[in-house]
Amino acid sequence: MTTITVTVNGIRYTSEVEPRLLLVHYLREHLNLTGTHIGCDTSQCGACVVHINGVSVKSCTTLAVQCDGAEITTIEGLSSDGQLHPLQEGFWEKHGLQCGFCTPGMIMAAADLLKRNPNPTEEEIRHGLEGNLCRCTGYENIVRAVRYAAEKMAAAQAAD
Amino acid sequence: MTATEMKERLVGRALKRREDPKLITGHGNYLDDIKLPGMLHIALVRSPYAHAKIVSIDASKALAMPGVVAVFTGKDMLDINPMPAAWQAAGVKNYPVPPRALAVDKVALVGDPVAMVVAENRYIARDAADLVEVEYEPLPAVVDARKAVEPGAPQIHEAAPNNIVFEWECGNKDAADAAIASAEVVVKEEIINQRLIPTPMETRGSIARYDPLTGEWTVWMTSQAPHVHRLLLTAFVFGVPETKLRCIAPNVGGGFGQKIFCYNDMAFTMWAARKLGRPVKFVEDRSENYKYSTHGRDHITEAELAGTRDGKITGLRVKTWANIGAYFSTVAAGIPTTLYGRIITGVYKIPAAYVHVTGAYTNTAMVDAYRGAGRPEASYLIERMVDRFAAEIGMDPAEVRRKNFIQPEDFPYDNGLGLLPYDSGNYEPALNKALEIAGYAEFRKQQEELRKQGRYLGIGISSYVEICGIAPSAWMGGQGWGAGLWESANVRVHLTGKVVVTTGSLPHGQGLETTFAQIVADELGVPYEDVEIQWGDTQGTPFGYGTYGSRSLAVGGVAIKRSVDKIKEKARKLAAHLLEANEADIVFENGRAYVKGSPDKGKTIGELAAAAAVAYNLPPGMEPFLDETSYYDPPNCTFPFGTHVSIVEVDPETGHVKLLRYIAVDDCGNQINPLIVEGQIHGGIAQGLAQALYEGAVYNEDGQLLTGTLMDYAVPTAAMVPHIETDHTVTPSPVNPLGVKGAGEAGTIASAQCVMNAIIDALAPFGVKHLQMPATPERIWKAIHGK
Ligand code: FES
Ligand code: FES
Repeated sequence: MTTITVTVNGIRYTSEVEPRLLLVHYLREHLNLTGTHIGCDTSQCGACVVHINGVSVKSCTTLAVQCDGAEITTIEGLSSDGQLHPLQEGFWEKHGLQCGFCTPGMIMAAADLLKRNPNPTEEEIRHGLEGNLCRCTGYENIVRAVRYAAEKMAAAQAAD
Repeated sequence: MTATEMKERLVGRALKRREDPKLITGHGNYLDDIKLPGMLHIALVRSPYAHAKIVSIDASKALAMPGVVAVFTGKDMLDINPMPAAWQAAGVKNYPVPPRALAVDKVALVGDPVAMVVAENRYIARDAADLVEVEYEPLPAVVDARKAVEPGAPQIHEAAPNNIVFEWECGNKDAADAAIASAEVVVKEEIINQRLIPTPMETRGSIARYDPLTGEWTVWMTSQAPHVHRLLLTAFVFGVPETKLRCIAPNVGGGFGQKIFCYNDMAFTMWAARKLGRPVKFVEDRSENYKYSTHGRDHITEAELAGTRDGKITGLRVKTWANIGAYFSTVAAGIPTTLYGRIITGVYKIPAAYVHVTGAYTNTAMVDAYRGAGRPEASYLIERMVDRFAAEIGMDPAEVRRKNFIQPEDFPYDNGLGLLPYDSGNYEPALNKALEIAGYAEFRKQQEELRKQGRYLGIGISSYVEICGIAPSAWMGGQGWGAGLWESANVRVHLTGKVVVTTGSLPHGQGLETTFAQIVADELGVPYEDVEIQWGDTQGTPFGYGTYGSRSLAVGGVAIKRSVDKIKEKARKLAAHLLEANEADIVFENGRAYVKGSPDKGKTIGELAAAAAVAYNLPPGMEPFLDETSYYDPPNCTFPFGTHVSIVEVDPETGHVKLLRYIAVDDCGNQINPLIVEGQIHGGIAQGLAQALYEGAVYNEDGQLLTGTLMDYAVPTAAMVPHIETDHTVTPSPVNPLGVKGAGEAGTIASAQCVMNAIIDALAPFGVKHLQMPATPERIWKAIHGK
């Protein structure tokens, strides 16, 4: 057992974990943050994407012990003050989800994409989300959702 | 609001979904999110061989591991029956061999579970499963359906001689033979509809809890049909009354057919929960899902289409080998028979058609319904053959289609293949619209020009019809289906005027809560926010056969409407009593019952609900409360249709295909929520075009699944799917009062051949007449180079 201290969605946790424990299991089983999903066992689907120190990472391929001292954001921590993140709003407005299973990972990956490229073209969105699979939507409305968020964030910035 | 002011109608509006807030914030509740006090975890020991005898199982090392509670094998579970075979091929002898909870004595596919470890957590369970020692005696395997039924093939089940599950036929053999023998033109092709893996992003699993004091179970399951599973698991597998089991489907992360079936894990979690007196959880990982949960398609077909030189189709003869996999999955035999053969002629009037299907066991994963289920295979076949025929006689494929379409005045149309009559349709406008959006005539000129420059573009057309709203029970009974196919719904207007609807349908991405609430709000004239739709728990919802076959609106939705109609009827009676008017003079409109001619004299549905609930003043004989249930069994299925067009460019150097445009014009009857309909079409198309371009489950000859993970099985990413252009026509269904048809599978049914026809059109200058799917660069390059 190893002791780790992590900050998840702004809350500090100190936990005893097995060195082999995957971050996704730590989040889901130890912290009960079940918004982060598991869709594969080969690091392909992206259902498990969270942010570690602001960068999107597949939590199924990260050990909890590697995150000692890190700041982690999961889908549960993305909205602030009861305000949906523009991406959450975009997915809702544009019907960017059906079953919703891929959605948390998709939104977390898209948030990272928009941080790096605040005004992506359709093609850049499609390539930027290549690490995330969605079986329901055919991606058309996911692209629209990300564009919606990009525009909304740009408008908010212009207003500031 | 006065009675004459119309409340704004919600049906037909693209409302955003009420399901979404919890799902976009990480507060969905999927199976693996559920934790019960004292819950144990299961890991399976699975066969590495496709076909073998189990010689011995030694669990002593696993049992010695701290945290391991028990190890069970198939022999421990002989007190329960095998899984049920609920849909057998109609009118012929079937040889159903469904799986048991765990394999006994022998295994028939890679991944067949032979033992299960139950432990305190999933890490320990998995470690211990590796310590279970199983000795096997390998047997020869067969993976190809046509080879499996040849003499001398390895025999998989004693109860199924020659690996035959069924031999089934429909249509008129003599007429088809004669049409082909006397035809001016016959085209013949071997068409393979490759095996696909449905791949809902959530894998499957179940959690069972048992109460020894009452003998009752609760099972949470990744299910499209919890009421059906409750019935099958109790009455057939455990031999207990269905009242002893409560099934709950929480949020379900996609199904596409794979979660319709009654799986062994539902049985072994129940068995273990009873045995151990603690709740147990089993969740597949992705590679287990790929090995053991059901696959789709996998047909080998020899097809012949006959016609005249001027483009009239005169006959069709089809011989198909359908791979059923190692065991008989719940509705496996219905898919390649009723849902395939009976719609093989598609949108065309073909005077003579005949289909013969052989279902075969092989040492592969079970094959059952996957989005479209039989209809994509049928549509692919006829649309490929029609293009093949058009190319043969040198006629424009759009023209051949027009020439042979069933005409609007032909409806209701009986295709002569034992299907119920097609309800309504108008095929040419959808074709014309799609061609117009694509700029078809322009494209043909451009194509010609570009070919001269060594660029190979192609356009593909796919005109489809499918079967939705699958019912009525009396017809399905004759199709070998072992139950009914009606749906039911309860609607209650509470004292406060709030409306609660319970349905046996089981949304898993379709947005039914939103769609159903739109209908109820309009019909009852109450605010949308006041309508709550509840589903998923067999305790508290009326029986339903579940969500698949694009039937939840056309059957489940209509059951809701009929309950609302009954509520309105009772409300009218009550209003007449309270208003001291003649019942015949009461009008119910916009959520209000009033006396004809004096709209100010009325009662809102809320006031009537309150009056019915407190029951101070009811007409003689009226029971309190507005609470009505309907069981709806439609008179027919519905038959959505449309035309899809795609444009591709093939690079002759590399064989790479670029999908330049994809246009879908669909007609699903009336649309309740166009945003949701469009989403269904998008998703369906992505799955169908993925069959054309990327996906295929591949087994080697020994029965090892070579595409066993998402690393090898090419589920498309966003960059592999093009922008999709959608449009529609509207031909309401006369079958139900909502005029709806269904939209869940249309995209998949239309798209594989749409893309393949475009690719083959692009390759016409190289003399390519047909190509098997997926059209990988290697396959295309070989076709171009005659390899
Ligand atoms: S669970 Fe699939 S990538 Fe992490
Ligand atoms: S919404 Fe179902 S997998 Fe993306």
